[in-house]
Amino acid sequence: MATYKPVVVQAVPKLGEKVTQDTVYWWGYKTPVQIKEFGAVNKIDFSPVPPYNYAVTASSRIHIYGRYSQEPIKTFSRFKDAAYGATYRDDGNLLVAGSEEGSIHLFDISGKTPLRQFDGHTKAVHVVGFLSDKYRIFSGGDDYSSNLWDIPSATEIVSYSEHTDYVRCGCASKVNADVFITGSYDHTVKLFDARIRSSVMTIEHGQPVESVLLFPSGGLLVSAGGRYVKVWDVLKGGQLLVSLKNHHKTVTCLCLNSSGQRLLSGSLDRHVKIYSTTSYKVVHSFNYATSILSLALSPEDETIVVGMTNGVLNVKHRKPEERKEKSLKRQPTYRTHVKGRTYMPKQEDFCVSKPVKRVLRKYDKLLKSFQSSKALDAVLEPPIRLYTPEVTVAVMQELHRRGTLRSALAGRDEKQINLLLTFVARRVIEPRFTPVLVTVADMITDIYQPVVGQSAIVDRQFLRLQEAIGKEIDYQEELLEVLGMMDSLFATFTKATYPEENKSNGLTETVQTNTNN
Amino acid sequence: MVAPVPLRVVRCGGSALHGARAVFSADSKYLLCAAGDFVKMYSLATEETLQLMGGHADRVTGIQLNPRNHMQLYSSSLDGSIKLWDFMDGIPIKTFSVGPKLLALYALASCEDSVFVIVPKSGERDTFQLVSVKLTKAAGQDVEAKELAVVLDGVDASPKHTAFGREGEYVASVKELNLQVYFFKQKQLNRFSVSATKTKGGNNHFTCIACHPTEDCIATGSADGKIRLWRNFYHKKEYTFSTLHWHHDTVMDLAFSIEGTSLLSGGVESVLVLWRNESDCQKDFLPRLGSPIEYISVSPDGALCCTLHADNRITIVNSNLRFSKSIQGLIKSADVKTGLVVDPRTKALVLNGEPGHLQFYCLQSDQQLFSLDIVQRQYIHQAGLNQADLVKVAFSARGKWLATVEEREEVTDPELQLKLWFYDEETQSFKLNTRINMPHEDHITDVCFRDMDELEDDSLILVTTGRDCVFKVWVMVEDTDPEAQQSVSWSCDFVGSYHNYQATNCCFSEDGSLLAVSFEETVTVWDSVTWDLKCTFCHPPGKIRSICFGRLMCSKYLIGATDYGFLCCWNLLSCALEWSAHLNILVLQPDPLSEYIAAVSWLSKESSLFVFKPNEPRPIYIQRNLCKEKIQLAAFVPRDEPEMIGSEKYLWLRRSQLFFLTDTQ
Repeated sequence: MATYKPVVVQAVPKLGEKVTQDTVYWWGYKTPVQIKEFGAVNKIDFSPVPPYNYAVTASSRIHIYGRYSQEPIKTFSRFKDAAYGATYRDDGNLLVAGSEEGSIHLFDISGKTPLRQFDGHTKAVHVVGFLSDKYRIFSGGDDYSSNLWDIPSATEIVSYSEHTDYVRCGCASKVNADVFITGSYDHTVKLFDARIRSSVMTIEHGQPVESVLLFPSGGLLVSAGGRYVKVWDVLKGGQLLVSLKNHHKTVTCLCLNSSGQRLLSGSLDRHVKIYSTTSYKVVHSFNYATSILSLALSPEDETIVVGMTNGVLNVKHRKPEERKEKSLKRQPTYRTHVKGRTYMPKQEDFCVSKPVKRVLRKYDKLLKSFQSSKALDAVLEPPIRLYTPEVTVAVMQELHRRGTLRSALAGRDEKQINLLLTFVARRVIEPRFTPVLVTVADMITDIYQPVVGQSAIVDRQFLRLQEAIGKEIDYQEELLEVLGMMDSLFATFTKATYPEENKSNGLTETVQTNTNN
Repeated sequence: MVAPVPLRVVRCGGSALHGARAVFSADSKYLLCAAGDFVKMYSLATEETLQLMGGHADRVTGIQLNPRNHMQLYSSSLDGSIKLWDFMDGIPIKTFSVGPKLLALYALASCEDSVFVIVPKSGERDTFQLVSVKLTKAAGQDVEAKELAVVLDGVDASPKHTAFGREGEYVASVKELNLQVYFFKQKQLNRFSVSATKTKGGNNHFTCIACHPTEDCIATGSADGKIRLWRNFYHKKEYTFSTLHWHHDTVMDLAFSIEGTSLLSGGVESVLVLWRNESDCQKDFLPRLGSPIEYISVSPDGALCCTLHADNRITIVNSNLRFSKSIQGLIKSADVKTGLVVDPRTKALVLNGEPGHLQFYCLQSDQQLFSLDIVQRQYIHQAGLNQADLVKVAFSARGKWLATVEEREEVTDPELQLKLWFYDEETQSFKLNTRINMPHEDHITDVCFRDMDELEDDSLILVTTGRDCVFKVWVMVEDTDPEAQQSVSWSCDFVGSYHNYQATNCCFSEDGSLLAVSFEETVTVWDSVTWDLKCTFCHPPGKIRSICFGRLMCSKYLIGATDYGFLCCWNLLSCALEWSAHLNILVLQPDPLSEYIAAVSWLSKESSLFVFKPNEPRPIYIQRNLCKEKIQLAAFVPRDEPEMIGSEKYLWLRRSQLFFLTDTQ
């Protein structure tokens, strides 16, 4: 004997982006905080020590922001012209920045005036940084030179003038205190060793290099320039590992996340892309309002800060981990749970198994007892209607199959018609729902034709439905036009070789199935 | 040397079990029911067929236990005879030839050596009378019983329309809107009638009647779903009745329990309703019995009742309305759309079963092996609903994959689903693997797998043809996503069409290298590797009805049958017509194990069978006048062991048997 069969809800393969662990992780940020700076933000650097303040270099100022503060905690504004590339030392006590006039300033975090000033560059210095021994500073300037400075004596140790264009980016190795790299607009990335008076390695990137990055292990080097992000193996003598072309405008900044598993790149095309450092595939991407110049990720990925060309600083904080709310419902006591559970049947015992109780959804229960109207009401409840519209549509289809859809739709008041029409108008254009919802819309208009004009709300919903369908028809027409164009294109292709015909046949077919709904 | 035996068509199995009300044996251990020309005895404990009693020349219309000997059974048949059986041994004791067609049989304990039958009134069409037949005690096997006495005139032909009440004191019969009650002792006839009402659901004609076993109470069911309980019908005027109404459609049968405290009713809804104390408010239901209930009978000890369903099923229900057992014969649905397919694994015949189900029917034991739910939707028993049904079935060569197509007729757009099932060794049943919504824009006309034994898994290909003028090739794809539950699924690989003609049939050659697809009048042959069109064949006029490739020695031939009565054989090597014959072929069926092909033609009200080899136009075997009905479908079922047949003429039967399904069977 057959039991009641629940309504089959059609599963439709999800198109578009798949929800992966990455997307879930990167979605876990709150809505961004926007802070207006005085000019384009050229550098953001996080302090490596708690409470993870960050220095933002924009125009002629360096602002230090706290984790949640929207106002700067501290400002360094002793620059005559623009300041560039303020960077923290590993202990978070010192901050170094370059400037337009060519001098490099070293600040104590607690002080206001520069501790040291290094002069030697003849043109603007866009990139400065500490070597990992903490006592030396490297810099790169628009005078094509890369210099190394001694902090205590404020003197230049060595000057490399090997680049043939502006030096705009650089990075120090964390493993070796003598090694640093600089990237230049002459399309090269050079690796320098402080003990040797010339560059150790030159890597040809192919485009003006905007940003470089060394992996914490020091073995891999990432360079960004033009639309490309390239990963090089330093230990293999600068062999190209992978070239990523995921942006459609110049990539301006690079950043690694705290675990080193993900690489982030920001670009003038307003996107931040996140790559996995194992597969080098884009796992997630953010988009922003304007072109991105600088990007930084706080330790533990707590905060993403993005600086843009229009001087807006975009700060995203991670949502606090959701704590599982303890259900207030009183569970049955432990004793009732275990009662009889441990009883082992003896050999002569006759076991009677308890019939398995099948739990039916509410709409299934109502359908089982032929209560069509109530079943439809049940699936028009907000959670089902909003989050699983396929269930609503499946029940409508089942009602239609039973021939009771019309009576289920009829006899509803203004509020319910409004609800129904909103649902239909919103979902009727979705290809997977169209066949059913067109029938439903047809019936609703049929049934409620006499009451048109009596209620403003219902009238408005009818107009909305009409509008939605009109739009969809226009869209389909456009698609058909495109299809026609493609067909003629394929027709010209197939003249050349005969077997191509089949391929084009298949292709147009898939397009047709997509558009035909 | 084995002497050539004349070939004969044997009617085997699938006869309707709902010819007459089933009868429980006195000890409620056995169930007897009429099945076509036979009477079958089932064991209630094991559901097995214990006895098959054959002897009637026509359909058995009624069976009754002999009231004076509970080990004997009376059966009446349309051939005009009443037989008395010893059903434990399955042997006929006596045959009483009555003469006219017997439409129903009643036996009463109170009436000494006579039974009541319904016979057509001589000389008048469509009027029937209830007569009592005196069964002479003469010795001998075959006895004439011509002593007829008319009891009631103008009764209905159906055995459900007449019932005997309270130890045979009266007989009640309904016809259309009238109820007549005849009292034997008083020799009094009372007539009652109800006024006709026409409602949306139909008229209120009476459909069945049952009498209370101990009280004077008659229950009648009518076509509008109402049950009336009549009392006090001794008086012509002061009779009373009460109405019970639950059924929304025709009440098919009624039965009182042995004590008379409750009434069982069943109808098209396939719900068994138990009315307690004859009141409207106390009722119990046993829903979803599968198909409309035709007959209800109650066992003498009151512990069991059994319902006979329209789909050849017997359901046994115990007294507290719990489903206990069921016996399922071959389900004959109204339209066998799937055709006859043989499951390569079980050698069972596969065809449409219950609505939305596929039945696997064992030909040897005349029993359903199992029923596979394809549509997986709740079936609503209501007239005038478009229900989804199964239209096409195909098995892969070893039965590992099953493809099914279901559709729901709809005026605007038909709902189509292609489902692919995988045989799960663990659970020994088919598991749904892929569901494809709307595989074609219009109805699917044919489905076939590439039948290659040696390359079973990796090169399995499914081809579907549709009325939307294309054929589609489906292949298995490995799922790369490790999180997916299953490793393979099916997707479309190629779409082919020919001059925008509707594709009607498809067929793979034996080695799987060629695919033949017929597009209305033309047969196209495609290379199954590159999907290039190789050649086309045409034999105007007439659309192609069916095509098949030759096998083994004859694999270079392609056979096609057209609408205008031509059977054509093309040679694939020379791309030319080899021979053609003028025959109105309805069914073209190749034997999967040999090169023989069976063709069934329909010519002026008789079907003929031709068996031929494609390499010679002369048929090997012709059987004219196979049967009077149109043969709809045929299938070769492989024999378990090759049979030794000496004669050359019957060599084609050596490895397979041919089964037919006719219009009326």
